[in-house]
Amino acid sequence: MEHFAIWVAAFLTMGIFSFLYKDNAWYKLCEAIFVGISAGYWFVTLFWDNIYGKFWVGKGDDSMLYIGAFLGLLMLMRLVPKIGWISRWPLAFIVGATAGFYLINYFSSNVMRQVEDTIMPLLGPDYSAGAYDIIGNIVIAVGTFSGLVYFFFSKEHKGAFGATAKVGIFFLMITFGASFGYTVMSRMSLLIGRLDFLFGDWLGMIK
Amino acid sequence: MSTRLKEMLVVAVMTVFFVIMYWGKVDGWMTGFQFSFGLSMTVVALIVVSLLVILYLTLQGKMIGRRVVFLYVGISVTLPFFMSLSQQIKISPEVQTLYDGIAELPPGSVVLSAFDYDPPSAPELQPMAESFFRYCFNNDLKVIVIGLWPQGPQQANMAIEKVMLDESIAAKNLQYGIDYVNLGFQTGNEFVIQRMGSDFKSMFPTDYSGTPYDELPLVKNVKNFSNIDYGFNFSAGYPGTVEWVQVAVDRYGLKMGAGNTAVQAPQCYPYIRSGQLIGILGGMNGAAEFELLTGTVGKGTKFMLSQSFAHMIVIAFIIIGNVAYFRGGRKRKL
Repeated sequence: MEHFAIWVAAFLTMGIFSFLYKDNAWYKLCEAIFVGISAGYWFVTLFWDNIYGKFWVGKGDDSMLYIGAFLGLLMLMRLVPKIGWISRWPLAFIVGATAGFYLINYFSSNVMRQVEDTIMPLLGPDYSAGAYDIIGNIVIAVGTFSGLVYFFFSKEHKGAFGATAKVGIFFLMITFGASFGYTVMSRMSLLIGRLDFLFGDWLGMIK
Repeated sequence: MSTRLKEMLVVAVMTVFFVIMYWGKVDGWMTGFQFSFGLSMTVVALIVVSLLVILYLTLQGKMIGRRVVFLYVGISVTLPFFMSLSQQIKISPEVQTLYDGIAELPPGSVVLSAFDYDPPSAPELQPMAESFFRYCFNNDLKVIVIGLWPQGPQQANMAIEKVMLDESIAAKNLQYGIDYVNLGFQTGNEFVIQRMGSDFKSMFPTDYSGTPYDELPLVKNVKNFSNIDYGFNFSAGYPGTVEWVQVAVDRYGLKMGAGNTAVQAPQCYPYIRSGQLIGILGGMNGAAEFELLTGTVGKGTKFMLSQSFAHMIVIAFIIIGNVAYFRGGRKRKL
């Protein structure tokens, strides 16, 4: 069984790689298997962890669960065209609750905390910052200010205002470049993982 | 010979090669091989020379196909597996602070580790997870595993199984339910974290294998985040570190570090400066640094050479691509 499993994994990996040569039936087969298994895995996991885990093992001892289950059932009304409109109620609940939840979280963590961290003395509290930190603080202050100026569209980007906006563009480009570099690194890691599997786990060629 | 016939011939030759290699592995005569230092350097030199030839051809107006680029990337990732070269790894401040945060935990501290990734992200995050478990078990920290991604808890189990093979950890005879526990996956994304803030059990009535929460000695007295000494999130996207910071850290005051895929790391770095995260392991590089700090040589360290080679190849082809672009009057396409 172990041999079969590793050959199947290798067959599917090679199938996905074959797309680099050109689109082909092998690749399409592997893609379809991946999509099908992912959907099946999700379904089984959600069933056992949620419906079985909470309503059978957990005996549904949290009454709020029944409200959630009821809303979930309403969502399935979409399958009956005549009463499909009922599914909008749970959808409205999800949209409203999620929006409210996100509003508070993002405002608190990603806005206020970050603003608080940006507005700080350049030389550090009690002038205690070292040269490295002072340079870092200046970069953050200049980058934040010029970046905000770039996104201020109520005034034409000309003169000193335009020059500041251009500095903002440079900061944005550096940010995007860093993100892209990290993305390349991440994708290479995936490739390394699969090739390590092929040459190591499968063929045993790596010492 | 037709193209189809050539393709079939290549597939047949490759299949024979794979069967022979696999048979060798099973039979025991294929134990892997490694280039000597001299051969490794020769291979590197040959690759550099071939890249210079490509650059020369590009300057002459002869463009290469995209498949050549794929081939070079594949070679640059694969050959370092067999090379006798090593790469120096420097510890970055965010990895050092993360390690210091874990290192100051006294034995017996309860650590919550959230596994929010799946197999595609394993090359980056699995080495981190293994080093993390190795450190925790060697230092008598109690570990609670959960997952907001369905395959997360499975990844945790794989890491634990591997780490348990270490002699020092095997000698400790760690008990499931007492020293570590896997509470499994729960759907609901950040709402799960929110509910865990008031009651863990409501979100995880059973563990991964179906044992009721109250029958697990390690967690039966764990009510919410106030009973957790340290949180560690392995994250590959949504839900992940951002959600843990927003809810568990900012609302409930959990002390937390994170291991992220490289794609996600830039999004989370601002949380370090603001003190919301203690530290971050960013991508494979972060994994290698953490391995260095915890005194192990795992796949994070081993893969860094491939990573660096691949980056060099990408940079080389960016230069060649730009040469082609400017030489073609910014009109021709590669």
